[in-house]
Amino acid sequence: MNIPPDYVLTLSGILFALGVIGVLIRRNAIVIFMSIELMLNSANLALIAFARTFAPAQEALRGHVFVFFVIAVAAAEVAVGLALIVAIFRSKESIDVDKVSSLRG
Amino acid sequence: MTIDLVLFLGLALIAVLAAIAMIASRNTVYSALFLVFNFLTVATLYLLLNAAFIAVVQITVYAGAIMVLFLFVIMLLGTERESIGGRIRWQMPLAIVLGLALAGELAYVLLRNGIVQGLAADLSTEFGSPASIGRVLFSEYLVPFEVTSILLLVAMIGAIVITRKLRREGK
Repeated sequence: MNIPPDYVLTLSGILFALGVIGVLIRRNAIVIFMSIELMLNSANLALIAFARTFAPAQEALRGHVFVFFVIAVAAAEVAVGLALIVAIFRSKESIDVDKVSSLRG
Repeated sequence: MTIDLVLFLGLALIAVLAAIAMIASRNTVYSALFLVFNFLTVATLYLLLNAAFIAVVQITVYAGAIMVLFLFVIMLLGTERESIGGRIRWQMPLAIVLGLALAGELAYVLLRNGIVQGLAADLSTEFGSPASIGRVLFSEYLVPFEVTSILLLVAMIGAIVITRKLRREGK
């Protein structure tokens, strides 16, 4: 593909901002979590774009390896996060983040 | 305007629209499915950027495993519907304005500086193939790779411990 990497980075920035908006405006814990996944994914897109930019060099493959690790960590994060959401739902009967403010003084 | 640019702009438009639809959907299941759509579009972009292995990992792990887990929990809890808008009235417009400002600033900085110019025109299919990534992963990054397996094990045990029913507490 012969498009400027800047464009791919810009797309990644836009997707990241959309993820931020999703975290801020939604009240459902699961949707907030999915928005976080969107942000992780946009960071991966930026890493792949950089790897393509410095492509013929073998060091550029480190970008791909880093994305691989990010995906593995995201999988672990989702497992623990969804378990937490299930545990919160058991005690509160809701996953609305406004209702989970027990620590507030 | 080359065919590559047309292809990229189309995919970018689809990805952004899917992300917006994910944020705006009232039904959580629709949100999850739009996110799957977004992940598949980004996987196609990975293919265009010579990252074949990562594209397949994206589809199997992200769009497959992780999103199925999300859908499973959504349907398990039965929280498909929710009301948009919280107790703080000005939060939503403020969040949208600030988020769009962030997107605009990122786009401005990235496009103005022109961080990188010019790509290697023709890349061998060797770059980004499973073989080449495996070679790097199992030589230079062997220890982080093994640590990742421990991380996944810890996450699995943690999930089991957190969601386990406390029987003694109920009595």
